[in-house]
Amino acid sequence: MNFWLIQSLNSMALGGLFFLLSAGFSLIFGLMRIANLSHGAYFMFGAYVGLTVLRAKGSFVLAIVAGAAAVVVLGGIIERFILRRLSGRVLAQVLVTLGIAFIISDACLLIWTGDPIPLPIPQALRGTVRIGVVAFPIYRIAVVGLALLVAGGLWMLMEKTRIGAMIRAGVDDMQMARGLGISVSKLFTAVFCLGAALAGAGGVLGGPILSVYPGLDTDMLPLALVVVILGGAGSLVGAFVGSFVIGFVYTFGQALLPDLTYMILFIPMVIVLALRPRGLFGRILT
Amino acid sequence: MKSQTRSYSWLVACLLLVALLMPTMASAQSEPIRLGFLTIKSGALAAGGRQMEEGLNLFLKERNFTLVGRKVELITADTAGQPAMTKNKTQELVERNKVHVIIGPLAAFEALAIDAYILQSQTPIISPSAAAEDMTQRKVNPYFVRAVGTSAQPHHPLGEYTAKDLKYKRVATIADDFAFGHEITSGFQRTFEENGGKIVQKLWSPLNVADYGSYIGQIKTDVDAVFAAFAGANGLRFLKQYNEYGLKDRIPVLGAMTTTDEGILKNMGDEAMGVISAGWYTAMIKSPANERFVKAVNKEYGADPGYYTMGAYNAGLFLEQALKAVNGKIEDKKAFMAALKRTHLKEGPMGEIILDEYGNPILNIYIRKVERVDGKLVNSVLKVYPKVSQFWTYNPKEFLAAPVYTRDYPPARNLE
Amino acid sequence: MKRAMAILGGAVLLALPFFGFAGDYYVNLSSQILIAAIWALSLNLLVGYCGLTSLGHAVYLGIAAYLVGWMTSVMGMGHLTTALLALAITTVLACVFGLIALRASGLGFLMITLAIGQIFWGMAYRWVSLTGGDNGMTGLTRPAPFGVKLTAPVHFYGFTLAVFLCAFGLIALLVRSPLGSCMRGTRDQPRRMCALGHNVWLVRWTAFVLAGFWGAVAGLLFVYYHNYISPHVLSLTNSAEVLLMVISGGAGTLFGPILGAALVLVLKNVVSAYIERWLMLLGVVFVMIVIFMPDGLVPGIRQWWVGRRATAKPQRGGE
Repeated sequence: MNFWLIQSLNSMALGGLFFLLSAGFSLIFGLMRIANLSHGAYFMFGAYVGLTVLRAKGSFVLAIVAGAAAVVVLGGIIERFILRRLSGRVLAQVLVTLGIAFIISDACLLIWTGDPIPLPIPQALRGTVRIGVVAFPIYRIAVVGLALLVAGGLWMLMEKTRIGAMIRAGVDDMQMARGLGISVSKLFTAVFCLGAALAGAGGVLGGPILSVYPGLDTDMLPLALVVVILGGAGSLVGAFVGSFVIGFVYTFGQALLPDLTYMILFIPMVIVLALRPRGLFGRILT
Repeated sequence: MKSQTRSYSWLVACLLLVALLMPTMASAQSEPIRLGFLTIKSGALAAGGRQMEEGLNLFLKERNFTLVGRKVELITADTAGQPAMTKNKTQELVERNKVHVIIGPLAAFEALAIDAYILQSQTPIISPSAAAEDMTQRKVNPYFVRAVGTSAQPHHPLGEYTAKDLKYKRVATIADDFAFGHEITSGFQRTFEENGGKIVQKLWSPLNVADYGSYIGQIKTDVDAVFAAFAGANGLRFLKQYNEYGLKDRIPVLGAMTTTDEGILKNMGDEAMGVISAGWYTAMIKSPANERFVKAVNKEYGADPGYYTMGAYNAGLFLEQALKAVNGKIEDKKAFMAALKRTHLKEGPMGEIILDEYGNPILNIYIRKVERVDGKLVNSVLKVYPKVSQFWTYNPKEFLAAPVYTRDYPPARNLE
Repeated sequence: MKRAMAILGGAVLLALPFFGFAGDYYVNLSSQILIAAIWALSLNLLVGYCGLTSLGHAVYLGIAAYLVGWMTSVMGMGHLTTALLALAITTVLACVFGLIALRASGLGFLMITLAIGQIFWGMAYRWVSLTGGDNGMTGLTRPAPFGVKLTAPVHFYGFTLAVFLCAFGLIALLVRSPLGSCMRGTRDQPRRMCALGHNVWLVRWTAFVLAGFWGAVAGLLFVYYHNYISPHVLSLTNSAEVLLMVISGGAGTLFGPILGAALVLVLKNVVSAYIERWLMLLGVVFVMIVIFMPDGLVPGIRQWWVGRRATAKPQRGGE
C-alpha cells in the first residue's frame, strides 16, 4: 500500500513537472508548427537566470519572473529575426534551433561554469506533509498545483479571451485572419514569447527538484518531445494529460521493470504512435 | 548552364576543404617537454574537467612550468566526453603536437577508447581520473599508469568499516547505472557482506535521470543505512531530494568517494551533513604537504580541492618524480616508462603512494564524514586505512581470475 | 570543360592523403570525414529526397558496428562473414523499423525514429553482458581485404575511399534513376503521386531500407576505424549530429552531406584545438548558414556562383 501511494504521488509530481517543462513547447509547436528544439536550452537558461536573481535578491517569485523575462527577450529576438522567415521550412528550423541550443548551452557553461547548483526551495514550501502513512515533500505538491494553474490559465487564454480567439483564427486559417485585419505576425511573436516565458519559468520552478547543471537542456528536451507528441501535438489538453501519463509510466515502469528503465518511455511511445500517429489527443495538422 | 554551375560549386567546395585542412607548421624538434592534457571542457562533465585543469595548472605554476631544468609546454585538448573525439584528440596530441607524455583522460570509457592507440603509439599516459578497473587488472596496458585508485579501491575498506565499526547489518545501495557505479557498489558489497553485513536492496538509477523521487520511494525503510554511489551532479541532486523526503534523519547515508566530493560539496547544504564516505583524499588531511596544497588551491581558485583537482595534481607529481629519475631525458621512452612504473611518492597531499606492478597506486584510504568546520562543509577524517591496494586483502591472482566487478558480480545473495 | 575541372579538383582532393601531405593525423581525419559522408549520404536519402526527417539514424551505424564487434571479438568469426551478416541483419531491422515508423509522418515519424534510437541506446547501455555497457568493447580488429592489412592510416584511407566512391556512385545512380524521381515526387507532391498511381508508402519504405543499408556500411567502417565501440555511438546527440551534417550541407543535393560532414568534423576536431568555445562556434555557423543559405551550403554556394556569373561582365568568357 505504501509503495503504491508514494509512487502515485511521485507520478503526479513528475507529471506536473513535465507539464511545466513542455507547456511552452506544446504551445509553440501546436500554434506555430515550429518544432523549437532550443526548448531545453531555454528551460536551462531560465533556470540559471532565476538562480542568479534568487541568490542576489532572495525572492523566488522575482526569480521566476526574471527567468521568464530573460527567455522572452531571447526568444522574441530569435523569432523576430530568424524564425519568422522560416515558416514551413522544417529542416531550416531544425538546423537553426539546434544551432541556437548549442550557443545557449555553451554560453551558460561559460557564464555559470559547470558546477551543478541546486535551486533552494522557497521557505514557505519546505518540509514534508503527511499523506496517509507517507511523508511527501510539500514543494512537489506545489508543483502539481502550479501545473494545474498554468494549464488553467492557458486554457482560459485560448478559449475565453479575444486574443485567444485571434490566435486560434490565425492558426486555423492565416489568410482569412489577415483578411479580417488581425495582425498575425505580431500575434505569432506574442505566442512564441509566451512559449518562451513558460520555458524559462518552468526552468526556475523545476530547479528545486532538478537542480541546474550543464546537460540539463539535453536531458529535458527528449522528455518534452515525448510528452507533447504522445499527448498530441497541437493540443494543450493533450500535453497536460500526456505529462501525467508519462509521469505514471516513468515512475511505475522503472520501479516495477528496472531492466527496461531506459526504454520505459519510448516503448509505449512507439506503440501509441504506430497505432495512432497523431497522439492521444492530437488533431490532424494539415 | 546548370551542369556548369554544379561543377563550379563542387570546385569551390573542394577549395574550401583544402583551405580548412591545410596543416599548421609542424613544430621543429625543440627543447621543452611537451605535455599533452586530455580533459573535458564542454558538456555535462565540464566541471570535473575544469577542476582537473586547475589542478594541473597549479602544479605547473608552482614549478614555473619547469621540471628538472626543462621547460614544460602544456597542450590542452577538449574531448567533449565523446570516445571518438578522445581518440582524435589523442592522435592530434601525439602526431601533430608530438607530445612526450599525456595526462588524462577524465572518463573511463575515454581511456578504453584510446587504449589500443596508446599501445600502438607507445605514448606514456598518466590517468588522473579514469577509473576503468581492468586497465590495471585484466587488460593491463604497459604504457598506462594511474595516479589515483580504481573505483572499488576506497570502497573495500568502507564496506569493512560499515560492518565492523558502524555495526550496520542491513544496507540498501543506490548507484549511478554505469561502470563506475557498478564497480564501486560491488567493492562495497563484497567486503560488507564478508564482514557479516547484508545488502538487502540494490537500485540503479540512470545517469541522466530526471528525478530521484521514484527511487527514494522504493528504498526499504527498515535498513540501517543507504549507500549512495553517485558521480558529478547526481550526488548533489540525490542528497537534496533524500532530505526533502524527510529520510535523512531516519536512515543515515553512506557515500562513495564522489558522492560528497569537495568539488560539489561546496554547493551542498545541510542535506550532506553526517554522510560517511571513503576516498583516497580529503582536504582535511593533516599533513604539511596537504595543508600547503589546500591553501594554494584556495588562493588560486577559491575552493577546496576535490577528486579531480587532486588527481591531476598527483599525476603531475608522478611525472615530476619519473623525470627526476631519468634526469629529464623523457625522450628515452623505455627508461622513462620504467621510472614511471617505479613511482614512490613519500610525501604529497594524499600521503605515501607506491605503484603496484599493474600500474595502480597503493595508497591510504580515509574514512571521512561530512561536518561543518568554520561554517564550511568539509570531509573530516575518521579513520585511515594505510597502504590499500586495488586488490584489498585478496590474493591478486585469485582476484584477477574472477570476473571484473559488474552490476551482477559479486552476486547479491541477500536481496529481499 | 568545367565538369572535367571539377572532377579533377575532386580527384586531387581525395588523393591528397596518399602523398603523406600532412601527416597521419590528417589522413585519419580524412578517413573519418569519408565515413561520416557515407553516413550523411544515407540519411540524405530519407531527409533530402523523401522529406522524412529522422532523429534516429545513429541506430544503423550503431547496430552494424556492435554486430561486427560482437561477432568478431566474442564469437571469433571472420571479417567477411561478420561484415555480410551485420549488413544483412541491420537491413532487415531497417525493414522492420520502416514498417513502424512510416505509420506516421512529420513530427510523428521523427519521434518514432527518435524512440527507436533511444531504445537501442538503452539496450546497448544496459545489456552489459552482451555489449560491455558503457565501457564498450575494446580490442576490435580491422579486416584485411585481399590480404592487405589496414593498420596503417594510409592503407585504411585507401580502403575507405574505395568504399566511399562505391557508395557515392551507387547513391548517385539511385538518385538519378526513376526511383529517385519518385522519391522526390513523394517529398514534394505526395497526393499527386498517389493520383498518378505510385505507391507512395512503398517508395518511402524502400528509401528507408536503403538509408538503413548505407548507414550500416558506414557503421562497419566506423568500427573498423576506431577499433572500439560504445553506446555513445547510438546516442541522440549522434543522431542529431548526422542530421545537422545533412541539413547544413544541403539536404536533397548529392554533395551537400559530404560538405556538411566535412564542416562538422573539421570544426569539432581541428578548430577545437584553437578555439575553446568551438561548440558555440558550431552553433553560430549553423545559424549563419540558415540566415544566408537556408537550403544549405551547397545550394547556397551554387546560388552565389550563379549570382556572380549573372553580374559578371559579358566580355569574360571561355573559362
